Amino acid sequence: MQLRINHVTTYTYSEPVFYALQQLRLTPRSGHGQTVLEWSSVISGGTKQLSFDDQFVNHTELVLVDEGVQTIEIVSSGVVDVVDRHGITGRHRGFAPVWLFESATPMTEAGPNLRQLAREVKSETDSGDVLGRLHALSARIAQSVRYETGRTEVTTKAESALAAGHGVCQDHAQIMISVARLLGHPARYVSGYLMMNDRVEQDATHAWCEVWDETLGWIGFDVSNGIAPDDRYVRVAVGRDSRDAAPIMGLRQGAGTEDLHVSLQVQQ
Amino acid sequence: MIRKPETFDEMLADPHTARSPYSAYFNWFGSENLKHLRRKSADAEAFFRRIGITFNVYGQDEADERLIPFDIVPRIIAADEWTRLERGTEQRVRAINAFLHDIYHRQEIIRAGRIPREIIAGNAAYLPEMIGVDPPGGVYTHVVGVDLVRTGENDFFVLEDNARTPSGVSYMLENRETMLQMFPELFTQLRVRPVSRYPQLLRRSLADCAPPGFSGGKPTVAVLTPGIHNSAYFEHSFLADQMGAELVESQDLRIENGRVVMRTTEGYHPIDVLYRRVDDEYLDPLTFNPESLLGVPGIMDVYRAGNITIANAPGTGIADDKALYSYMPEIVEFYTGESAILKNVPTWRCSEADSLAYVLENLKDLVVKEVHGSGGYGMLVGPAASKKELAAFEAKLRARPGNYIAQPTLALSTVPILTKSGLAPRHVDLRPFVLVSPDRIDMTPGGLTRVALKKGSLVVNSSQGGGTKDTWVLEG
Amino acid sequence: MMLGKTAGGLFWMFRYLERAENTARLLEAGWRIALTRSGAAPGEWQSVIATAGMTSAYLAEHETYDAAQVIDFLLRGKSNPSSVLNSLASARSNARTVRTALSSEVWEATNECWMEAKSILSRPISERNLHDTLAKIRFRSAVVRGALHGTMLRNDIFSFARLGTFIERSDNTARILDVKYYVLLPSASLVGTMIDNAQWETILRSVSAEQSYHWLNGGQTSPLGIADFLILDRRMPRSLSFCCLKIADNLAQLEQEYDSRKECHDMSDEICNRMFGSTIETIFEGGLHEFLSKSIADMGQLATLIEADYRFYR
Repeated sequence: MQLRINHVTTYTYSEPVFYALQQLRLTPRSGHGQTVLEWSSVISGGTKQLSFDDQFVNHTELVLVDEGVQTIEIVSSGVVDVVDRHGITGRHRGFAPVWLFESATPMTEAGPNLRQLAREVKSETDSGDVLGRLHALSARIAQSVRYETGRTEVTTKAESALAAGHGVCQDHAQIMISVARLLGHPARYVSGYLMMNDRVEQDATHAWCEVWDETLGWIGFDVSNGIAPDDRYVRVAVGRDSRDAAPIMGLRQGAGTEDLHVSLQVQQ
Repeated sequence: MIRKPETFDEMLADPHTARSPYSAYFNWFGSENLKHLRRKSADAEAFFRRIGITFNVYGQDEADERLIPFDIVPRIIAADEWTRLERGTEQRVRAINAFLHDIYHRQEIIRAGRIPREIIAGNAAYLPEMIGVDPPGGVYTHVVGVDLVRTGENDFFVLEDNARTPSGVSYMLENRETMLQMFPELFTQLRVRPVSRYPQLLRRSLADCAPPGFSGGKPTVAVLTPGIHNSAYFEHSFLADQMGAELVESQDLRIENGRVVMRTTEGYHPIDVLYRRVDDEYLDPLTFNPESLLGVPGIMDVYRAGNITIANAPGTGIADDKALYSYMPEIVEFYTGESAILKNVPTWRCSEADSLAYVLENLKDLVVKEVHGSGGYGMLVGPAASKKELAAFEAKLRARPGNYIAQPTLALSTVPILTKSGLAPRHVDLRPFVLVSPDRIDMTPGGLTRVALKKGSLVVNSSQGGGTKDTWVLEG
Repeated sequence: MMLGKTAGGLFWMFRYLERAENTARLLEAGWRIALTRSGAAPGEWQSVIATAGMTSAYLAEHETYDAAQVIDFLLRGKSNPSSVLNSLASARSNARTVRTALSSEVWEATNECWMEAKSILSRPISERNLHDTLAKIRFRSAVVRGALHGTMLRNDIFSFARLGTFIERSDNTARILDVKYYVLLPSASLVGTMIDNAQWETILRSVSAEQSYHWLNGGQTSPLGIADFLILDRRMPRSLSFCCLKIADNLAQLEQEYDSRKECHDMSDEICNRMFGSTIETIFEGGLHEFLSKSIADMGQLATLIEADYRFYR
């Protein structure tokens, strides 16, 4: 399926910016069943400084916000061809070892709630059926953490989202990652785009997770939608948690506040 | 099991005879007047105060700048002894760099099962951000300070490999300067190898590792310091001065045109090589600790894009981590194909049940160290500890055994210091400084000898009452 | 190549050194007049504090202008950022920041100056010991200046150091005159009467110029003469004109070295033109106080421009 994506991120600052940087992970890469046919990112109000591939082979760009501006706009757009692989991303790439995805990070560190969930899933499912166990876990999370926007933050950790009982795709993915790790499976976070069947306009990018299996490789789980990623999903960045794979990570010196606005269209 | 060790004195073979490296000095000392020497000692202190070679003690009044006590009796090492140390250290430093490259690329050593991956996976000193990064010139540790101790004529042990940002080299240089001023006659009698080329060699090592696309001509080298309140600020400014490099702080730097640039009177100027004396955690608030005010936001990105050299490279701390220390002989062998020339101190990993049992059984004879501690803090010296201290430490050990390693109490060698009543033996260690370039490894003939000034004490750290000595390596 | 921070550090290191010396000089002059005219002492100490620009800080702690209190406040007052001890500590702290730009002799002299001051000022200084104490401090700071002149290259490092010195000095001389300007005002009622010679004496002593003034004027003291000497005499190293000239010289040096003319150069030219276009008569006609106020404000603005033009802070 060919997906056409137009993603505009706008930051508005209450004061003219003295010095600010934005680190972008917004460029999808060909491979694992997707082919990037065309892609561009255009920035106004800022200047691209450099680009490199990070430790998870995410294409990363650093942008310096122009001094004195009050708005920066980042437009990422392009066309990606995706094959439906029924959630199987497949083999591992890059120097980052699979075992790196075994340990918790501060965002995915387990507390009593996550541990309890892990215990329950472990006792209720068959250890011989890994896929069955993971699907059950995914369903359990969707059930106990209601999808609700605006109640959690980008800084919300897996443990507190689970305790709160509501969250967004980021929270779902991080909870799944954390529990999968407790159950002994390396797991990682994926940020990207999803074409929705009922609409073109979206408020935010999507996130899901992948769990490692020795025979199948990385297997995707979209907890929020209760399905395995198919040819409507474009993978953009991966990492141990939402921080590693954040589409935009910023740092600003000086006074004032900032406002974020996202406009996103994904369509065939 | 542990026998009471005998202490090896580096100067005296018996009360009246000096070992050969010290014989000329011993004769000279015998002809000197003690009072006169004591006065020289006071002169040395005044000299150190005047040049400002002081350090700030953490948590103390800012104005309270202290001197590290200096002892005027040199520590003397014979040429052949030094050659052996040099070979051993070079081998070790080469292995450390190969290890760092491996651990941040294919992790062959883990695949080969030579070290357990848990030791890396859960380690805060291992920086995933360095995975796949190729440091310019292939060098990870531009400067290494290897801590050595000696227990006998031919027994040197490596206590610690300081692969992050080892300090103390300014003392090596200023101690020599002081000795040259006070006892010029000794330097005409003994052929002592000079240490003064260190800053030039450091500059060359750094410049040789300039990033591929550097500005051309002579690379711009700068030293990054946390600022004048840092305990090692003297050393930072000293090295910048001696190398002819700019001494910069966080506020002097920013990103421009994909480079790290420093603010000069004429605008921003790009830096090619940054010799940073700021820890990894604080180096880049965009990538690491977002609260850090000491670092340069985005510098890791500039580094990963190949536009600057950071020395030492980020993430080198994994090589001198105490949890990894006991595997160093394996590491040396794995990468060099030779067995390690320098010995490791036997180490019990308290994470292993058998070892923990042994350590608890023999606590009063052992030195127990926190895996992530430094500067002698969080450490137990069994033989010097009270019953109460032993009991308290035992509780800590049982609670988090993985946090500790234990070693036998080594009978560190002694070298005399000058006291009111003449020479008196005190325990010492040695930190030589090793510079790594893409094509060579240089160990400056000398180093920082730290000495425990308290009689019988084995703790040489300056933060806990240690002093320093000039270290003389004799010509062959 | 020089870091902007280093330029700023040099500038402030020498401003603080100059400030420490100026405060010491003020104290010396106040002490002398208080010795000779005990009745006028409190008023004299009050004007010393005013000249140091520290009236409100002083009154926050003290109610009267008692000699011991004033001396302690100016020498070692913790709440007084311009006290001799605090100024020297700031000078040394800046020196530590810019150490790589200093010759080892300048650094060591600065460090020793601070160490000695710290040691002798660790306890309050009695009036009896004041003179000796001040002499020691003056000597130590003279060593720093000597090392600067004897061992430093005449490049941008030297220029920023000198700019700091002369901007501080100009400010100081202008303030001394401004606090005492009424003493110098020629007034019809005073014509032919004995004017308060002791007050003039203080002014001259505060800038260490009593000898040179008398030597040049053969004992003839007049308000116009003193004002002329301290404002316009280019031979007098603490006069406003001398400071202007030196500032212009050092800025010209920077303009040449960096091959770039900045806003501060225009401002400096403006200040010089005004200074050299004046005679003491025109100054008095326009109002001495007005002239001095403008000088102080202009120097402040020039310092701000230098700071911005050479990127001290950003």
